[in-house]
Amino acid sequence: MASRVDVTPAAADLMRQLRGQHGPLMFHQSGGCCDGSSPMCYLEGEFRTGQSDVLLESLKIDGVDEPITFWMSASQFELWKHTHLTVDVVRGRGAGFSLEAPEGVRFLIRSRLLTEQEIAELS
Amino acid sequence: MTVYSAPGTDGAIVNYESRYDHFIGGEYVPPAKGQYFANPSPVTGEDFCEVARGTAEDVEKALDAAHGAADAWGRTSTAERANILNKIADRMEANLEKLAVAECWENGKPVRETLAADIPLAIDHFRYFAGAIRAQEGTAGEIDDDTIAYHFHEPLGVVAQIIPWNFPILMAVWKLAPALAAGNAVVLKPAEQTPASIHYLVSLIADLIPPGVLNIVNGFGVEAGKPLASSNRVAKVAFTGETTTGRLIMQYASENLIPVTLELGGKSPNIFFEDVSRLDDDFYDKSLEGFSMFALNQGEVCTCPSRALIQQSIYPDFLAAGVKRVENLKQGNPLDTDTQVGAQASNDQLEKILSYLDIGRQEGAKALTGGGRADLGGNLSGGYYVQPTIFEGNNSMRIFQEEIFGPVVSVTSFADYADAIKIANDTLYGLGAGVWTRDINTAYRAGRAIKAGRVWTNSYHLYPAHAAFGGYKQSGIGRENHKMMLDHYQQTKNLLVSYSPKAMGFF
Repeated sequence: MASRVDVTPAAADLMRQLRGQHGPLMFHQSGGCCDGSSPMCYLEGEFRTGQSDVLLESLKIDGVDEPITFWMSASQFELWKHTHLTVDVVRGRGAGFSLEAPEGVRFLIRSRLLTEQEIAELS
Repeated sequence: MTVYSAPGTDGAIVNYESRYDHFIGGEYVPPAKGQYFANPSPVTGEDFCEVARGTAEDVEKALDAAHGAADAWGRTSTAERANILNKIADRMEANLEKLAVAECWENGKPVRETLAADIPLAIDHFRYFAGAIRAQEGTAGEIDDDTIAYHFHEPLGVVAQIIPWNFPILMAVWKLAPALAAGNAVVLKPAEQTPASIHYLVSLIADLIPPGVLNIVNGFGVEAGKPLASSNRVAKVAFTGETTTGRLIMQYASENLIPVTLELGGKSPNIFFEDVSRLDDDFYDKSLEGFSMFALNQGEVCTCPSRALIQQSIYPDFLAAGVKRVENLKQGNPLDTDTQVGAQASNDQLEKILSYLDIGRQEGAKALTGGGRADLGGNLSGGYYVQPTIFEGNNSMRIFQEEIFGPVVSVTSFADYADAIKIANDTLYGLGAGVWTRDINTAYRAGRAIKAGRVWTNSYHLYPAHAAFGGYKQSGIGRENHKMMLDHYQQTKNLLVSYSPKAMGFF
């Protein structure tokens, strides 16, 4: 079955670490300036999602008991839905209130086009 | 041509301290948990100082200091506050070159921009609000012969301000000047990517400001920004950044029932109508400069004109001239006054831009120039440089819809006026836009039809005080850069006064 969001091994490692340090996690993909277009990682429930958001994926990470939800605003999803997202991690300062910034790293989205077969499976 | 020596090296006109604590109650205060983080220069990628890693305890201490100072500050006369703002401006002006080099070194932007724009604009901003607060008046409404409604402006009290990293000093001043003019005490958190240049500014002006009126807590968003933004001890939060954090700040503000102002970026269209090419004259040259403005500040501007829309009838020639113009931009050492394009502000910013160059190509956009990381050699090899890049594609591509915050423009064509406005408004954002035409009717109608807070008309990237700046749609709430900003930092007090000695007759 096709997925909309995957994670790199390095990102999965960081998620396990943050889960251990802080508790259950969620992501919300940001848009706009400065640190926009980056995935923001919060404690599950810290960011209040609503009718204007889409749940893209419930990520299953080895060593993390509960799924890690990955959200995006519905209006942004309309513009992103033809692409597959991979959560990666790079060295950086981050910003926003994302949990990983103090570790000197930053989650980053890498994208590719979904294939026609994947789009069919996901629709 | 001048090449400034890097701060901390022989011949430098400005040096950073090796460590910065929080600035609370008029003095430097170490972080409660004793932790610091390293601050690298994007010019070389090497650390040049360390900065306090603040936590909720430090935020509380800053809020204590601010609350201790707010009442007395709010009662000072407008003349007194205006004099202090003017003195700050004078002090900055006397140290303009040092401030410009300091900000260049921390942010990576070319020193010619900080010398000519960032710091002069910041100086002028203090003077503008010094004048605005002196000239501000309340009102007296004559309800009837016996009843008068007086309206007074009162400060909010203690306000929180969270500053972005793209203009570390100017964006701080955009928020500070109106807040201080209006009589508020401030707790300010600089971006963790650019935490030090504001402290260099404070080192110049600290003696001018009563202790506790301005407090600076450094640190990471989650550790220092969140306790500040969610505090029930602030009367307002001002934030510049991105949409998810903007929503989170509104969410915290809703818990405390306080107002926010948010500036959350854009994807600004820059529209070139066919008549710009009618003559090969100064105006045509100016419009090509306008096209190239996406590279200003390495594209790290919320209003970066990152979508260029060119009318089909002039598309090939205008675009070719634009490509040539951009290929002549001089990228190099930000400390060199000849450099036009410097370094991106951080490694993660560099990586994000490269990820967009990748998805742009995957979606079929064609890079007409640039398209990759720039290695400038020598000790600049470790810095974060991206080639100015022109992509050709269509408005449904992600590079047309997302703010890349790099020196990247996405170009497409339009058939006629209606098509131009349709494409321009086909975006989630509405912060800035550009309209280029020799026809005043087209200029006026396009400017009014574009759903954005600022439409530069036959100009771009001017940021004078007294021109309101802010967003439509998902670009945010509120305005900056104008005297109306005082309203964002003031309460309205109404005294409803009866001058009649007679009972109303109800009871």
